[in-house]
Amino acid sequence: MNTASSQPDTIDIDHLCRLAHFDFTAEEKEKFRSNLSSIVGYVRKLADLDLDGIEPTQYGQPVVNAMRDDEVEASLPRDTVLANAPDASQTEFRMPRIVE
Amino acid sequence: MAEIDISALTVASAQEAMQRGDFSSEELVRATLAAIEERDGAIGAYLSVDADGALEAARESDRRRREGASGALLGVPVAMKDIFNVAGQPCTCASRILEGYVSPYDATVTARLKAAGAIMCGRVNMDEFAMGTSTEHSAFKVTQNPAAPGRVPGGSSGGSAAAVAGGMALASMGTDTGGSIRQPASFCGCVGLKPSYGRVSRYGITAFASSLDQAGPIAKNVRDAATLLGAIAGADPHDQTCLDRPVPDYGAALGGASLEGLHIGVPKEYFIEGTDPEVMSRVRAAIDRAAAAGARVEEISLPHTDCAIAVYYICATAEASANLARFDGIRYGRRRLGPDASLQSLYDRSRTEGFGAEVKRRILLGTYVLSSGYYDAYYVRALKARTLVRRDFDEAFAKVDAIFCPVAPTAAYPLGSTAGDPLKAYLGDAFTVPANLAGLCGISIPCGRTATDGLPVGLQILCPPFAEERLLAAASAMETALAQ
Repeated sequence: MNTASSQPDTIDIDHLCRLAHFDFTAEEKEKFRSNLSSIVGYVRKLADLDLDGIEPTQYGQPVVNAMRDDEVEASLPRDTVLANAPDASQTEFRMPRIVE
Repeated sequence: MAEIDISALTVASAQEAMQRGDFSSEELVRATLAAIEERDGAIGAYLSVDADGALEAARESDRRRREGASGALLGVPVAMKDIFNVAGQPCTCASRILEGYVSPYDATVTARLKAAGAIMCGRVNMDEFAMGTSTEHSAFKVTQNPAAPGRVPGGSSGGSAAAVAGGMALASMGTDTGGSIRQPASFCGCVGLKPSYGRVSRYGITAFASSLDQAGPIAKNVRDAATLLGAIAGADPHDQTCLDRPVPDYGAALGGASLEGLHIGVPKEYFIEGTDPEVMSRVRAAIDRAAAAGARVEEISLPHTDCAIAVYYICATAEASANLARFDGIRYGRRRLGPDASLQSLYDRSRTEGFGAEVKRRILLGTYVLSSGYYDAYYVRALKARTLVRRDFDEAFAKVDAIFCPVAPTAAYPLGSTAGDPLKAYLGDAFTVPANLAGLCGISIPCGRTATDGLPVGLQILCPPFAEERLLAAASAMETALAQ
């Protein structure tokens, strides 16, 4: 595993594009790799902090198991939802075939 | 009907005038639409205007008023950042990927404003998906700063601030993930209020970073901001992070507000090299004014301020990379098929063509810090460092009632001046992101202009989570002190 205290990590832009679903030209890849490299170089300053024994903070306010009443509510009408779809049949979102 | 000058009215004064019968809501909305028509060509605050819907709602509110209804927002037009869902209106988040999208429902903020009688007159520009600090990352248009032509209005809620400052809205709604209400308010010379995390429901607001996002008003004065907060605050079964705490009468907190005895902390880390000396001197002068009005001013330290930007850009982009995964070209938004017409190419082409460069950059950064091998080194470290930022404020607020500091290291900068250097733009968030990381409430109020260019400067006031009454009282008293 890489640690933040080692030398700057290389940015594998092809791997990131696969994960994030982007399809860049070689030129775009180089631009974003270069941007990321400088930003990651900056945020690595956190490597200098002593964080032993510090609990992580995930939310602005600590909320544990917030519950609401289990009441049935009407969901949005199907036609309303499908109206925003780029491609739909009368009752479904249409998308490319994924099973041959 | 006498001509109604939107730039001379506030929410409160317009309400009084309508209550007196000086003009109707329909006349007020017509004047707002006329102001947009006349001025927005040069400013570019609005992305869309719903003239018919607004006039219909105005006639309805006039009818209700004749039947005896009243309320601080009854018949008052409000401009909405293009990130709030308003049923039947577009909601693009200033992104090509949502071009043509029409909201099927109201956000809770929208529903509450409507219930209070407010009128949705139009949608205002922003940085795409609220990612940016200049509104230059909108896919659709450039917004000029009405207080400083040729300069940015700030961001991401730049359209919200420009609409108010440009006399095209009495008030507007924005969102603040790392300063996106306070900084544009400061750049345009308005009041911008970021409520505590958990004070206002996020339901129906397109998510950027769910642990940081909060909605709040941009207005012409503290009283109007308090009125709008009162309308939108409070628990919501649709947002489990919106806390079930009573909503006080925020307007009442302003009555007779005084600085006498207020214990103000001034963090030394916010007055450092790199901050525009003119901004520092305006903010220092405002703090001196507070001291002269009876406040007790003490220098304090928030030692982890220097880490806040790094923590923020890891946490916010990590959350954004997950939140924006929903834009995949299947259920809504832009769809493009790749050459092989596969599902994979549909995802890739839709997202590559639909998102702008800043959004892609942040998704990639968030993907990087969450990816296998880097998660602990970046994301988990940032969450732990976030605890240190929060603790700094806990310790400070054990001693002081409120923190006074600059909103941003600079005043409004020229359009185009941060292009090509994203890190430089990120560093401008140094004084606003800590409040989001710690869940605080904060406000920006105008505290004068720079001597050289006459640019508005904002004073930022921060208070602990859910201390909005204290925050608004301090801001109101400062507003009075600065006007004298």
